[in-house]
Amino acid sequence: MVTLRDLPSEELFLPGHRHCPGCGASMAARMALKASGKDIVVANATGCLEVASTIYPYTSWAVPWVHTAFENVAATASGIEAAFKAMSRRGGKMKIPDLIAFAGDGGTFDIGIQSLSGMLERGHHILYICYDNEAYMNTGIQRSGSTPHGAATSTSHAGSKIPGKPEWKKDLIGISVAHGISYAATASVACWNDYITKVRKALDTKGPSVIHILAPCPRGWRHEAADTVKLAKLATQTLYFPIYEYDHGRYTLNVRVPHPLPVEEFLKTQGRFTHLLKPELSEEVKGIQKWVDANWEHIAYLCGETTTFSTTQDRGNK
Amino acid sequence: MQRSIGLTGDEAVAYAAKQSSVDVVAAYPITPQTVIVEQYAQYVANGEVKTEFVCVESEHSALSACIGASLTGARVFTATASQGLALMHEMLYLASSMRCPIVMAVANRALSAPINIYADHSDMMGSRDSGWIQIYVEDAQEAYDWTLQAFRIAEHEGIMLPVSVNLDGFTISHSMEGINVLEDDAAEKFLPPKPLNYLIDPDRPVTIGAGNNPEYYFEFKLQQEDALRKAQKILMKTSSDYKRLSGRQYGILDTYQMEDAETALIGMGSCVGTAVETARKMRKKGKKVGVIKQWLYRPFPEKEILKAVEGLKSLVVVDRTCSFGAPNGPLCSDILSALYSSGLKINTSNVICGLGGRDITIPMLETLLNRALKAPKAKIPQRDVSLVGVRE
Repeated sequence: MVTLRDLPSEELFLPGHRHCPGCGASMAARMALKASGKDIVVANATGCLEVASTIYPYTSWAVPWVHTAFENVAATASGIEAAFKAMSRRGGKMKIPDLIAFAGDGGTFDIGIQSLSGMLERGHHILYICYDNEAYMNTGIQRSGSTPHGAATSTSHAGSKIPGKPEWKKDLIGISVAHGISYAATASVACWNDYITKVRKALDTKGPSVIHILAPCPRGWRHEAADTVKLAKLATQTLYFPIYEYDHGRYTLNVRVPHPLPVEEFLKTQGRFTHLLKPELSEEVKGIQKWVDANWEHIAYLCGETTTFSTTQDRGNK
Repeated sequence: MQRSIGLTGDEAVAYAAKQSSVDVVAAYPITPQTVIVEQYAQYVANGEVKTEFVCVESEHSALSACIGASLTGARVFTATASQGLALMHEMLYLASSMRCPIVMAVANRALSAPINIYADHSDMMGSRDSGWIQIYVEDAQEAYDWTLQAFRIAEHEGIMLPVSVNLDGFTISHSMEGINVLEDDAAEKFLPPKPLNYLIDPDRPVTIGAGNNPEYYFEFKLQQEDALRKAQKILMKTSSDYKRLSGRQYGILDTYQMEDAETALIGMGSCVGTAVETARKMRKKGKKVGVIKQWLYRPFPEKEILKAVEGLKSLVVVDRTCSFGAPNGPLCSDILSALYSSGLKINTSNVICGLGGRDITIPMLETLLNRALKAPKAKIPQRDVSLVGVRE
């Protein structure tokens, strides 16, 4: 695991951008470039990260950066990789730079999943980083395939009949690993050293890799800007967002949680969930806890953790 | 030195792409274009080309990958048709706006619904405003010749725009013809050199595709429009160089017996061959008819068309697509607009025909031209639209 001393002081994602205070996405970008160094090409899907970092004639990117459209960052990056290979064959640069493709959860879980699937299947050497803020934040907080059950968004309101999003979050790492790739991992902006280590590891892995990083959004989640890291940490402490990796066939749990907190502790910190805390919706909260437990059990099993927490019991003892 | 070989339109395009030393091909199968990528895949499998061949999962990704590759600095080729072009629609605009000199063959095919795999121009016409240089060919020979020329036009430093080479589905794409091809080294010499200019380069980081607000967007569009307009001149120069090499004359448009024609037919693609046959037949009967074949559709060669039609009493414009709810077909719209602004008083009839592969026949065109010969002299440009070859 990297330490602060290992990190280059040089910034490649420069200040002066227009991200909101407390934006998790911009943290994910900055930290990734600490891991990659200068010899990198970044492709970016349309979304917060793209629009807030590059309004012409300004840019925050001190590395080559390309944006074309929303659903196709994996395909655009595939073309860049192919061009480097072909041009090297006819006398161009021998060293083909690493590539990172950034996209939000909308650009990954929903509209971009096809191009991501194609990129993974074809085996391009590209690290795909999904910064997951759990809704279409750039267009004003609409629900995505990554929005958790019960969350209120501008297309899944906390109504009197339907209390937030009825559906559940997709399993991005499961989908990615199913393509037969060598490296995939979750990460959190709260665990900077784990994340930066993973980015380096992914770039050093031949072929495609995926990192799914939880990146809280103060606007969309409705929390204080200063609490971004705190909430990201809480997401893991409540087992809502387990931090683990898949590396050449082996799963490893990277952040153990000896004393998990009930998911309610995570829910109650954010405006998008507060409607669920009414007594008449207690079944909803129980349902979310059940999903969290089942998801955790599944991941703990994959990671070969012998002490899978019987989370409900554990919390009962607390 | 040239060789004569038997190739279908699709094979001819693939052969030209092979001779163009393309760096990256990213493509997805769709009838009637598929033969192009199949043939190209064969070249790759046999080691006849050094191309990086990316078998993407959709046409949208095909063009996205082409854009990524082109921005990096590679020579890029792809092909599509119909629904595939429609799926690419979003990216067509990015390819031209980001000034990617991609060459794409479009084996023109009708758009669904109902699903139909045969020729018409509704696919490319649906994307006519996408900022691409658009060329329509009449046969497999032209498909080959224009594919080679397209790279030179696209990659010209003052242009840097994508080119679509349109060949009618099946009628051209799948019909075998004897065509003359250049020797590999001659083709290579004709094409512009491929410098290793990396635009995406960690040693010189550049931000490409930044967000744009009202302060700058309009100027970007102006530059794009200027470059597209300039393409006409570069195309003429390219064609004259190509003639020296191949002996075959290309350019913006071709004319048949226009010198003393009273009426003429103007069209694009394979129907022009039928029109020339019709005119030949009518000439034998002493009727003064001519034909204009338009190779270049975008940028629209207004001046050249006006020069070609000057002195005509009447004109028949063939549109192989239906622009639903519009006053007439897209080609006719452009021609009428040119006529009005020039003050030329030509009685113009617009024919919408050949949709979904419906045959365009000699008797059909003869009837139209006879009708046009009888048309009264117009005081202002007249317009008359008819759907021809359709059951009522």
